[in-house]
Amino acid sequence: MNKHFFSDMGVMVGRSMRHISRSMDTIITVTITPIALLLLFVYVFGGAIQTGTDHYVNYLMPGILLIAVASGISYTAYRLFLDKSKGIFERFHSMPIARSTVLWGHVLTSLVSNALSVIIIIFVALIMGFRSSAGVLSWLAVAGIIALFTLALTWMAAIAGLSAKSVDGVSAFSYPLIFLPFISSAFVPTESMPWAVRAFAENQPVTSIVESIRALLSNQPVGNEIWIALAWCVGIMIVAYFFAMRVYKARR
Amino acid sequence: MQNQSIQVKGLQKSYKKLQVLKGVDFEVEKGTIFALLGSNGAGKTTVVKILSTLLKPDGGTATVNGFEVVSKSENVRKSISLTGQFAAVDEVLTGRENLIMIARLRHLEQPRQVADELLQRFGLTGAADRRASTYSGGMRRRLDIAMSLIGKPQIIFLDEPTTGLDPEARIEVWKVVKELADSGTTVFLTTQYLEEAEQLADRIAILHEGRLIASGTLEKLKKLFPPAKVEYVEKQPSLEEIFLTIINKKEETKDE
Repeated sequence: MNKHFFSDMGVMVGRSMRHISRSMDTIITVTITPIALLLLFVYVFGGAIQTGTDHYVNYLMPGILLIAVASGISYTAYRLFLDKSKGIFERFHSMPIARSTVLWGHVLTSLVSNALSVIIIIFVALIMGFRSSAGVLSWLAVAGIIALFTLALTWMAAIAGLSAKSVDGVSAFSYPLIFLPFISSAFVPTESMPWAVRAFAENQPVTSIVESIRALLSNQPVGNEIWIALAWCVGIMIVAYFFAMRVYKARR
Repeated sequence: MQNQSIQVKGLQKSYKKLQVLKGVDFEVEKGTIFALLGSNGAGKTTVVKILSTLLKPDGGTATVNGFEVVSKSENVRKSISLTGQFAAVDEVLTGRENLIMIARLRHLEQPRQVADELLQRFGLTGAADRRASTYSGGMRRRLDIAMSLIGKPQIIFLDEPTTGLDPEARIEVWKVVKELADSGTTVFLTTQYLEEAEQLADRIAILHEGRLIASGTLEKLKKLFPPAKVEYVEKQPSLEEIFLTIINKKEETKDE
């Protein structure tokens, strides 16, 4: 490892944190859609949805947070794309620095910016009546799962940002990710779905992650779901990391 | 003690089936300005990218400051600085922050002081705390070059440093390049402007369709062509001269 790894990393993270603090509008934009969905589903559709929980917002919360992350990482892809296309990468790569820090700076920044938007959304949900009986440990576990999910999607975003040919291509990749929670137990229990849809919904990553977070927030036993959720997150992260690094290094 | 900053032998590079460099040879002496002249798509940027370790050559060898570009890339990066074709400044950061960032990445002792000195030298002190996105093309290029000087690299690559600049900004860049060479830095620049090569370069090489078709000093290149004929022509001022005279007059009246 390069002996300047941590100091270079500090510079890179400092740089992209400035990008975030100077474009707070990107965080607001990321939170608008999830908050709109929250309002729509709690106050319009919620009354007609039978979930077996006391308040629908408590049921909906985990899925909304995942949607927030899925739309948040598109900015990570966008920032990477800009660095690549504006020659910033070339400048950094022709300097004697630890190369991987250029990418890691973006990844850590993605974690922080998504954490910010998740906190904003939780705050709005609290106003709407969201309550959790979870203790500190459960909340930490929730934070951990969301962080892992963010990392997994961030590395996918890195592939998109590094290999995209145009800005439009960058933003298009996150739409399917935002859509995935709709075909899961995030909005309605899977029991009401036709068998084929149900089979997909119950076996895709979002459902296990949503179920785990929901159980943690309502102080229920998490059971096996949490291991399936962690396996999905870590698995996607490793595969995406591998391909992102390949695209990143292939630029030589 | 070898006297060559850059040595290139039989350099080849293809992108898929397109052969961009078909065996290029040249040498650049320490402390001189070398201009690689060529039209768009001649392969100039590819040469720069190989020498600055961003691309690997398919064939041939290249050494920079005595280090082979592929096997000793880390040493090469310590000896060089690259100013790419488009000003690679972080537009969200201010000019000062851009300079401090690079100084930190070069692990210098006093990043702030380094930044202050360069802002002064490049006439950017007044704009130091504005975001680079608000800079004009010329200011951006100046900041870009200032960033490349941090850490006093021995060799500087300038890939089309004046493309897209107005005449005033271009002359400013020329001045900086001359000062650099005077202070002992080797400058490798690419350009598509004949005048730029003529003004700046100690040696010129012409790259055409992936091969060097001529190289040497300006005098040597001139000898390749038929001797100059003496004709009497009334010399009209060029539009550039008119432009600069008017601008300077304006500035003088402003100062008064």
